[in-house]
Amino acid sequence: MMSRLLPLLAFIALAALLFVGVRMNSGKDNSAIPSPLIGKPAPEFSLPVLNQENRIIKTSDLKGRPYLLNVWGSWCPACQIEHPVISELARSGKLKVVGYNYKDETDAANKWLQQFGNPYDLILFDDSGRVALDWGIYGAPETFLIDAKGIVRWKHVGPITPEIIEQEILPALESKQ
Amino acid sequence: MKKIIFLALLLFSGNLLAIDPTDYRSAEEEQRFRSLAAELRCVMCQNQSLADSNAMIAKDLRLELLTLIREGKSDDEIKQFMVSRYTDFVLYKPPMRPGTWLLWFGPFLVLFVGIGIIFMIVRKRSAAMPVIKTQEDNGQEW
Repeated sequence: MMSRLLPLLAFIALAALLFVGVRMNSGKDNSAIPSPLIGKPAPEFSLPVLNQENRIIKTSDLKGRPYLLNVWGSWCPACQIEHPVISELARSGKLKVVGYNYKDETDAANKWLQQFGNPYDLILFDDSGRVALDWGIYGAPETFLIDAKGIVRWKHVGPITPEIIEQEILPALESKQ
Repeated sequence: MKKIIFLALLLFSGNLLAIDPTDYRSAEEEQRFRSLAAELRCVMCQNQSLADSNAMIAKDLRLELLTLIREGKSDDEIKQFMVSRYTDFVLYKPPMRPGTWLLWFGPFLVLFVGIGIIFMIVRKRSAAMPVIKTQEDNGQEW
């Protein structure tokens, strides 16, 4: 009797394993690479400000106040999706939001800002994407939280949602101050 | 006719252009670039190597790779550069560390456990079945 049930039991065990595996991986983005920068100082960079090519911003210029660094480009559809959420956060005044215009063109970026609004305190302009490599940026949208001391505290790959702000960004901001 | 051939060639060249961003200065440089690009993983499309991918970031990283080679960086330094920015994800061959021991030695562990189990089964069976002396086995050689 037992030997006849064995294949069935083996099948049920394998099916359970598959079920658990699928459940463990669903609802989470497996392609998102965790940032090796978390807990480390923000990379040294100097980048011009969008529309003000002569105004160069360095890492040290941003120290003193925590800020959210939001990577976007006018070519990026998902950036439009998160834009209202980012705008809402910037309006609330809870956090300074710095834009990082990634591999974009000035004209296209300006048009995009006109159309959807400009929530950013400041927009860094990285058209070649060279500095982005130092940040470990590999697409848009990506968002970093940097504390007042200039330490990277948190990173998210993909659009920001109100839940992410409530459950991740704001708690991280409070715990590190 | 020439035009058609040219257009046909153009059709297939897009891919190649994307993968080789620049002219190489020497054969060694090309060789190093290709072997490193094949060993590094595209961070955007993780089933492709840096050499195979057409993603924007892969192009940027290929360009950076060539720059680093030209700056005279060693293979290890270049890999370290990539890992410090994009974690071990960028390496197709994970580094040997306590954290990756299971990954490296796990298959051998499974192999040895399997050999052990087979060994035990064989021993049990040979103990349960006494050797039967067959009739043919009567000392004659054949």
